[in-house]
Amino acid sequence: MRARVQSAIVNGRLNARPRPKLFSGRRPPWGRYGLRATAIIYLGLFIAVPIAVIARRGFAGGARELAHALMHPVAQSALLLTLECAAIMAVINATMGTLIAYVLVRYRFPGRNILNLLIDLPFSIPTLVAGLMIVVLFGPAAPLGRAFSSAGIEVLYAPPAIVLALLFVTLPIVVRAVEPVLAEVDVAEEEAAQTLGASDVYTFRKVILPAIFPAIVTGTLLGFARALGELGSIIVVGGNLPRKSLVASVYIFGEVESGNNERASAMSLVLVAISFFLLLVAAAYEKKMQAKHA
Amino acid sequence: MPKKRGKKRSWGRVFLIALAAIYVVSLVFVPLTTLVAGAFSNGVAAFFRSLFHPDALHAMRITLWMVVWAVFLNSVFGTVTAWVLVRDVFPGKKVLSALIDVPFAVSPVIAGFVLIELFGKGGLLRSITDALGIQVAFAIPGMVLATVFVSLPFVVREVMPVLAEIGVEQEQAAFTLGASPLTAFWRVTLPSIKWGLTYGVTLTAARAIGEFGAVLVVSGGVAGRTETATSFVYRALEDRNDVGAYSMALVLSIASVALLLAMEKLKHRRTGDAYTTQTDVSATSPTMALGAPQKVEP
Repeated sequence: MRARVQSAIVNGRLNARPRPKLFSGRRPPWGRYGLRATAIIYLGLFIAVPIAVIARRGFAGGARELAHALMHPVAQSALLLTLECAAIMAVINATMGTLIAYVLVRYRFPGRNILNLLIDLPFSIPTLVAGLMIVVLFGPAAPLGRAFSSAGIEVLYAPPAIVLALLFVTLPIVVRAVEPVLAEVDVAEEEAAQTLGASDVYTFRKVILPAIFPAIVTGTLLGFARALGELGSIIVVGGNLPRKSLVASVYIFGEVESGNNERASAMSLVLVAISFFLLLVAAAYEKKMQAKHA
Repeated sequence: MPKKRGKKRSWGRVFLIALAAIYVVSLVFVPLTTLVAGAFSNGVAAFFRSLFHPDALHAMRITLWMVVWAVFLNSVFGTVTAWVLVRDVFPGKKVLSALIDVPFAVSPVIAGFVLIELFGKGGLLRSITDALGIQVAFAIPGMVLATVFVSLPFVVREVMPVLAEIGVEQEQAAFTLGASPLTAFWRVTLPSIKWGLTYGVTLTAARAIGEFGAVLVVSGGVAGRTETATSFVYRALEDRNDVGAYSMALVLSIASVALLLAMEKLKHRRTGDAYTTQTDVSATSPTMALGAPQKVEP
């Protein structure tokens, strides 16, 4: 019995058999039912109901109306811009995130702890404040803003600022996804490759990259999903000009404010569908990679 | 030959470190310093004057309320949910477990919009709340619901792995010695999940302070009534009250840096006791931002 309980614990959860007798005695475990009901109601109320509302509202007018709302040029360009900015962000994030993770895991250097702390900062700083920082930095009064505008490059209230905001907001995701996996890669393998005459780049491509690639992919997908819904920072830096710098989340915000609930729910449905799809892909990919290793 | 190699590698090392440092510093640190400069651009007096404006004080108080409610509700129900998901066995558990990460996948604006659909004019649950005489949309209850929604996963996701890790042996020992379930929870379970719970609470608080989209949509952000600190920043920007916006933003940043430092401390504390190196990794996982499904089951 004890061994079985223990193996169940080792597995990380309790199996159905032997059923844990947490509440002794033969009477029905009312306490446990109560807790179970509490959990179900809590999640049901807060999560299942909202999803049901989005789905119901989105399809309320039928598929044709949904398509009609999405075919609107402003809606279309907003969705397209969101996907574009998120894609650019994802590419930069995957590259820089991997690089930062590599530096943090493999090198010891003065200031490493501060770097480590700075990376987590976007997790805790309100995204609206992050957007505000970018506005201050690239505003017409700031030297950086002046430099860019005299060079003829529009940053603020244009797509570059949106990408910048997204980069700030999602900075930690790839880094923190890759870091633990990279730490598991044995330095000895790298050294062996180099002893055999492999160049640094070749070693990275053949030894390290295969090991951390799944983590890069999942981190990037999560960052992408996060970027689709981002509002606070973009609403401040984007300028929100329809067909130029209006993204999907700000579009929804605007439509709700002006009472166009049909359009808002159509776009919500699309965004939620894309994010769910991405999260499912990330989870399935992770599972597949785990199965491959096991 | 080996000497040359070593030298080359060390240059590569310096280059990579410099690249990482420049990227992070220019993306995170430089903007932060410009914000500080912006807040004090009209002098220290202007900074404090804008913070002591009645609307600003009220907004800070509302944000504090949001944090208190989100932390209270999510730590109580989050712990119960984590316990049920780890210890209990029943049909539909997998579905329930998958639901937890939903707030990470749903844009906060959409969350706010859903609350309007439910409790706004002609909303699905409007007749019930009207009968009870509660106003939810454009009022505090709706804002609390929005904040609880966006910060829901943190406590559950932080407590679950700890509960799975500690197992049931100690609890069972307590039962054998005649402890009631409540006593067992209070004296055995709670002390072991203490740090995981505290970490989850810190994340919840940080998220609640920073929430903007969901709360603004559901509250309408009426100054002096339903305006949170972040909505205050937004409105100040719209009104060209730059110093007001920067000052409040600076206060919010200071609060989040403080929470971040607390998290750093807790991370070590958490890893200090029951944690192995492998679970330590979860402390720095992307869960914090997005809730990458943390694998409780291997």
